[in-house]
Amino acid sequence: MTRVSALRASGVRCVLAAVLSMAATLACAAEIGQVKSAKGEVLIEREGRTLPAGVGTRLQSADVLRTGADGSAGVTMSDNSLLSVGPNSALTLDAFRFDATTHQGRFDATLSKGSLAVVSGRIAKQAPDAMKVRTPAAVLGVRGTRFAVKVDG
Amino acid sequence: MRRAGAIVALAAVATGCAFHSSTVVLLPEPDGRATAVSVSDSRGEVVLDRPFAAVRGSPFGAQPYVASPEEVQSTFGATLAALPRGEAAYIVHFDEGKDRLSDDSRAVLDQAFAEIASRPVPDVLVVGHTDRVGSDAVNDALARQRADSVRTELVRRGLPPESVQASSRGSRDPIVPTAAGVAEPRNRRVEIIVR
Repeated sequence: MTRVSALRASGVRCVLAAVLSMAATLACAAEIGQVKSAKGEVLIEREGRTLPAGVGTRLQSADVLRTGADGSAGVTMSDNSLLSVGPNSALTLDAFRFDATTHQGRFDATLSKGSLAVVSGRIAKQAPDAMKVRTPAAVLGVRGTRFAVKVDG
Repeated sequence: MRRAGAIVALAAVATGCAFHSSTVVLLPEPDGRATAVSVSDSRGEVVLDRPFAAVRGSPFGAQPYVASPEEVQSTFGATLAALPRGEAAYIVHFDEGKDRLSDDSRAVLDQAFAEIASRPVPDVLVVGHTDRVGSDAVNDALARQRADSVRTELVRRGLPPESVQASSRGSRDPIVPTAAGVAEPRNRRVEIIVR
């Protein structure tokens, strides 16, 4: 292979890598997690609409996951964070970014009522405090991995 | 990370909101790994870094305490029961210099399929890895090619294409750490992660 064609080949590889990583980012932007378990009333508020949610429902940034008095739901995020909410809960997935190649990202969620259990995933493992959970009373910095939080009143 | 005290209270934590209180409990890891979460508001921070370390914040101040397993069960039982199963991971290798899985790896692929079939809504991630020969850009693309070929095999076996995503970690996540430029067959692999 001549020097020119070797350079061209490596240039093609760089462009290919860039396109593939862009595609991965776009895929993550649209879809950040999935409902893996659901019991009783489980709803999602998305862009001002309320949709029924169940096992298999895909989640997006800014979704609010709500449960009724008999409800509970479990979610697996694309960085392998596991979340679950108990009855009478409201959890907002404020922001979620995850780069599957570098494992860098950011996960912000707000529990405004009810209860939440978390097993943190790759975002918190890569950078402690890159995952935050807010309640009306406090901010939780997640260093890993397993905790539960309840909002009263 | 182990601290002398069960709970380090850096400051008295009172809640920022007059009408809300919250309780945070750090839960034990099944394998005993260290785990921690910080709980803060404008007045200070409490770090929970022992299993069952807990803090209750109210308008009257923060109360660090140690929760009992019974309290965790009665407060969070329904919530914890809804947690999804964690991921299961499988590793396959290629015959050297060929775009073909080794015979051992075909058996691993069968195991991965059994796990996929046992989950109601499986998501599968196929993650390619390389050794540290070559630049990041080249390795990222090479690992992606390996991941794509395993993804193709999974789809050929009947997994719906929308349930499986391929990605690349390049040389960032070796099984056997080496210096740059070292060829290491064990690091040339594809992980199949089932969620």
